[in-house]
Amino acid sequence: MVRAVDGVDLHIDSGETLGVVGESGCGKTVTARSVLKLIDMPPGRFEAGQILWKGRDLIPLQASEMNSIRAKEIAIIFQEPMTSLNPVYTVGDQIAEVIALHQKLSRKQALVAAAEMLRLVNIPNPQRRVHDYPHQFSGGMRQRVMIAMALSCQPKLLIADEPTTALDVTIQAQILELMQEMKDRFGMAIMLITHAMGVVAETCQRVTVMYAGLVVEEAPVEALFGNPRHPYTQGLIRSIPRVDRSAAKKQRLEAIAGTVPNMLEPPPGCRFAARCKFAMDICNQGIPPLKEVGAGHFVRCVL
Amino acid sequence: MTVPAAVPAPDAAEPLLSVRDLRKHFAIRGGILSRVIDKVHAVDGVSFDIAPGETLGLVGESGCGKSTTGRCILRLIEPSSGEVWFQGTDVTKMGPEKLQSLRRDMQIIFQDPYASLNPRLTIGAIIGEALTIHKLAPSRQAHEDRVVQLLETVGLRPDHMLRFPHEFSGGQRQRIGIARALAVEPKLLICDEPVSALDVSIQAQVINLLEDLQEQFGLTYLFIAHDLSVVEHISTRIAVMYLGRVVEIAPAAELYDTPIHPYSEALLSAVPIPDPTVKRKRIMLEGDVPNPIRPPSGCHFHTRCPIARPDCSQRAPVLEEKRPGHWAACHYRD
Repeated sequence: MVRAVDGVDLHIDSGETLGVVGESGCGKTVTARSVLKLIDMPPGRFEAGQILWKGRDLIPLQASEMNSIRAKEIAIIFQEPMTSLNPVYTVGDQIAEVIALHQKLSRKQALVAAAEMLRLVNIPNPQRRVHDYPHQFSGGMRQRVMIAMALSCQPKLLIADEPTTALDVTIQAQILELMQEMKDRFGMAIMLITHAMGVVAETCQRVTVMYAGLVVEEAPVEALFGNPRHPYTQGLIRSIPRVDRSAAKKQRLEAIAGTVPNMLEPPPGCRFAARCKFAMDICNQGIPPLKEVGAGHFVRCVL
Repeated sequence: MTVPAAVPAPDAAEPLLSVRDLRKHFAIRGGILSRVIDKVHAVDGVSFDIAPGETLGLVGESGCGKSTTGRCILRLIEPSSGEVWFQGTDVTKMGPEKLQSLRRDMQIIFQDPYASLNPRLTIGAIIGEALTIHKLAPSRQAHEDRVVQLLETVGLRPDHMLRFPHEFSGGQRQRIGIARALAVEPKLLICDEPVSALDVSIQAQVINLLEDLQEQFGLTYLFIAHDLSVVEHISTRIAVMYLGRVVEIAPAAELYDTPIHPYSEALLSAVPIPDPTVKRKRIMLEGDVPNPIRPPSGCHFHTRCPIARPDCSQRAPVLEEKRPGHWAACHYRD
């Protein structure tokens, strides 16, 4: 059994953008999908914990109750827009389906609303493009379609799981700008899951750093980049080459030695201890608690 | 037709590699008879030099032809036309035997460390294969010693020799790929997106390793990647490609500080900076990269260019030396 997410606490305030960062396999995607209960069960299961949406726990909810929350209250977009769109339906039909389901509109009215959503996400010729199939769109345009679909019922929270990872950098910039625009327009909160520290720095107000199924640091974005406290966060920030620092060029990157632990048998203590240059005996004796080191700044480290 | 000007490597009488007007057209077949109905101009007249010991970064977005350029140089893909001069010989005219000996001098490491290692061979066999092909180890003992030495060079343990690729993480596999390339003591290493598939903390390990090896063995790199911050970090000079053509070549620091081509400028400004206190003006490019089957006429970039004028769609700009050592292909920027 893999405990992909092992006691994660996070909260998102209305209207804010929370970044969830970490490397492959740290549990960030499982956390995100768990919020909407999109994990296949079995084999997956919730061992413990609560998911509170406006004070109400989502875990005991029936499938039908969950459906009234998905899209209408909380929506999600994924990394790979091609595999998350159905290739045999037009994008208009797919967006209209969501709208018709939640807003009790006729198919015709829903299709008009779908075209309006495509216009909102800046797809040229929306009236014509609603009748096109996903393969007729480029990667960036498909992600716009996904965003249009996710926002069609004006959710209060948008979970974006690596929304720009598959895109080129100029297209990534367009999509991030679009998400910001939509956030301002609809006043929703965003949970942005990513491994790119640059994207976090530019779009988030608060950041949660995950490592091997645990939150290791949580802080307002300025504090996280200005004064990272967990050795893993420090390593992450220092290991990225910076395009804006010409003077620092030819400076060696500070790599983090080693690799992530095997999650089938996670180490008993701090999960980062084996790679940490400050590790002491105490680090292997139990998972350190998350402690507050500044205003809204929490770190899971004995230091 | 204008033949692009040769772009000499700086301060070197003799470049290690010279690419001249390299082109690769892929045929698109269709209909019941599979006739050639169209062509993709993946590489459309690329020229550059690489000096011994330098790292030339080749950047651009998906489909710009950067990987095809790398593979054409090694003739893993046959170029349609153009010349590739390596140590005084034109690689494009080599017969099969000469080509095999050329591969001792030029090696490649690939993006996907999962797909580029044979899952049925042990690490020892993967690394040692080239030693056998090029007859570089006179005895079994010498063979094994060399494999052990290579593993240690890239930061792996000798006992890893008997294991299979699936037992290794992505970063370790990339080290195996590097050891395999180094086995034949190449002069030029073509690195095709070597760190794109790796997590950031592992990326830095592999970048540092590549830098160490360059210093230790005097290697020359052609470093192909889409991540501008990685390329800027590792490269001496950088060539920016857009839709099959090089639009700018400049020393790495100069390209970042004072890009000439509007595409390079937009590309650099789109890179997110991992520092929330840095606020920059971003140049947003409209639309997507056009279809390479029917690239725009004239300057390929004119459809998205913020400073395009009417004649940009008529005349293709030539790569010119706008400042010493800084080449760009634009009618209206100097």
